[in-house]
Amino acid sequence: MKSATEVDLQTEGQMARTHYLNVDLGVKSWLLTTDHKRIGILYLCTILIFFVIASVAAALMRLELLTPQGDLVTSETYNKLFTVHGVLMVWFFLIPSIPAVLGNFVLPMMIGARDVAFPKLNLFSWYLFVAGGALALWSLIRGGVDTGWTFYTPYSTTYANSHVISMAAGVFVAGFSSIITGMNFMTTTHQMRAPGLTWFRLPLFVWSLYATSLILVLATPVLAITLALMSVERFWGVGIFDPKLGGDPVLFQHLFWFYSHPAVYIMILPGMGVISELITCFSRKQIFGYGFVAAASMAIAILGFVVWGHHMFVSSQSVYAGMVFSILSFLVAIPSAIKVFNWTATLHKGSISFQTPMLYALGFIGLFTIGGMTGLFLATLAVDVHVHDSYFVIAHFHYIMVGGMVMAFMGGLHYWWPKITGRLYPEFAGKLAAMITFIGFNLTFFPQFILGYLGMPRRYHAYPPEFQLFNVLSTAGASILGIGYLLPLIYFLWSLKFGRLAGPNPWRATGLEWQTASPPLKHNFKETPIVTGKPYAYSAQEDADLNLATV
Amino acid sequence: MPILTSPPSESALVAEQFDDIEQQRDAAKLGMWIFLASEVLFFGGLFLSYTIYRFTYGHVFMETSRRLDVVLGGTNTAVLLVSSLLMAFAVRAAQLDQRRALVRLLLGTALLGCVFMSIKMVEYHKDYVEHLVPGTHFEWTGADPSNAELFFWIYFAMTGLHAIHVTVGIGVLLVLALLASRGKFSGGNYNAIEIGGLYWHFVDVVWVFLFPLLYLVGHR
Repeated sequence: MKSATEVDLQTEGQMARTHYLNVDLGVKSWLLTTDHKRIGILYLCTILIFFVIASVAAALMRLELLTPQGDLVTSETYNKLFTVHGVLMVWFFLIPSIPAVLGNFVLPMMIGARDVAFPKLNLFSWYLFVAGGALALWSLIRGGVDTGWTFYTPYSTTYANSHVISMAAGVFVAGFSSIITGMNFMTTTHQMRAPGLTWFRLPLFVWSLYATSLILVLATPVLAITLALMSVERFWGVGIFDPKLGGDPVLFQHLFWFYSHPAVYIMILPGMGVISELITCFSRKQIFGYGFVAAASMAIAILGFVVWGHHMFVSSQSVYAGMVFSILSFLVAIPSAIKVFNWTATLHKGSISFQTPMLYALGFIGLFTIGGMTGLFLATLAVDVHVHDSYFVIAHFHYIMVGGMVMAFMGGLHYWWPKITGRLYPEFAGKLAAMITFIGFNLTFFPQFILGYLGMPRRYHAYPPEFQLFNVLSTAGASILGIGYLLPLIYFLWSLKFGRLAGPNPWRATGLEWQTASPPLKHNFKETPIVTGKPYAYSAQEDADLNLATV
Repeated sequence: MPILTSPPSESALVAEQFDDIEQQRDAAKLGMWIFLASEVLFFGGLFLSYTIYRFTYGHVFMETSRRLDVVLGGTNTAVLLVSSLLMAFAVRAAQLDQRRALVRLLLGTALLGCVFMSIKMVEYHKDYVEHLVPGTHFEWTGADPSNAELFFWIYFAMTGLHAIHVTVGIGVLLVLALLASRGKFSGGNYNAIEIGGLYWHFVDVVWVFLFPLLYLVGHR
């Protein structure tokens, strides 16, 4: 992609005099901003807070599980720890992570727009998110919730003695922030593309955000109504999930998973989009099978709506329903595998350079593959009965969510950091952190596959002594993983002041977002770019000295 | 639809992220349709629950449905349908730049919304007096009292959620009427009227489904 109007590119080593960060100064200019780039940064700071709190909960759980006896915390506290870890990580970190931070920042730039379609709503969605987060934190401070992130009835409606309603209200409010973001992204992608930027010239990250938005818009309202019905039932004493009235608690599970399974794809599709950007850039190649990768995103989004029953194989759901859900779940493997194969084929004969974002991307491909394959074990009815509610499930979805989404988020954050801040992070520290994260992650979660297969159930604070070895390995891994996350926090902050100036396009990448200054101007481009070709035109763009500027 | 081309006044109406007023209008409409799709799924959870329990306890639902007041419900259906007609006229008035007609039609629509809510409140009061509100207060002399209670729970949940939407809609209409009286929507800038209208029609359509499902299933 080349813009007809050559934005006067700063030469390396100089920063533009005015850009979106210094065009207005002061707290008020941030809290009332409608600039998609600043809103992305607001989201980044907010989700970081929730990530830290939820990580502390995880650390406490891993410490408890170091020994077989339940000695560090009581079983009740342990229940609250895994609930807060799940609720905050899912709704207040993972779901907004790539869409609301990186998506907000780069989507309008990638399509050559000045902003999203509804900038004020965009800011409003952040306020809703903060309000939802505040409600969740308030329930935490008042004593927490012990239902698990799934809020299953009748425990949540009748028996739990914790602050279920305020926590559910927090998730409810944050849900509307997701809906607004999804609506905004879809409208932006439909209406605001630069001249010449047809649908099949869109970067794959835009495709994946579009597919994600479809899920955000169509699945989140079902969660909202479900949590509302659950909360009203808890408050009022009777309700539609109440067996006393002839109500069915399993109906709650159907409604909950109708949202929460697609939500899993909210937590992986944007990551896949980032990986497509990284793999092409750092192997200097056109993506292999562009149309298939784009269509696979849509296929995953659509298939994701019809597989929720695989969470309920042991819930008294009809065995025929179970068989259908099992087959449909297998189908999701096809578009997922297409992506993995196409990324691998893109690497083939590419000029690969192992910069930090690329290390995260390669880590993603391996870990996502393991997570996806073990998902097939779980989609198999008979195997699921054996490993259901065990650590096998925990390990499986952490390979997708942490090994997949968080790796992609970190890779994307490193990749676009020079664009966001105008400065480079220290490359050696970056590579080190990526390796530590990869090693720590595997050491934490691989032993959990074995634990689960041997029969250790999830959500217990004590366990038989024969499981201790793998639990010790897992806790040791978690400590290493913690360092892997702490390092970037330190060097990113350091780079804000001391990082080398990046210049407009330090990776020699092709996307439109790289054709404007770093940090970009308030409205991204001096003149609207005109797109004349396909994305990822790497081989064409290469000149004689190909070696990527070592940064 | 007349496309207005008067660049100087038009450029002032176009927000900075858009190229022209047409793009702005298309974006607003698309955004609203996407939001309404989301709303359909929001109500969808309740419609699904209704369907499942109606399937399971069909005979009880028939019997309990007869306790609802078809006359009041029917009147309310007519009220909302007429309000939607006025809203459609309001959009037309906005397109033709007829300010006074626009304000009157918006106020008329809001007024009918208020009539709907008043009738709904009368009905709720009647239900309360007749001990039809689920909870400790609930009394049912027929067969299967607990399943009857379930029906009324769904009835209150569905009509209650709908009533919240009507109330929000009335608020939106009043704000639009106020802005219209100040001439905010002149010269082709009637986006807000159109998307407000879409929302009002949506609220109307939801009721068109609720009325037969709740009030008419017991009648032959």
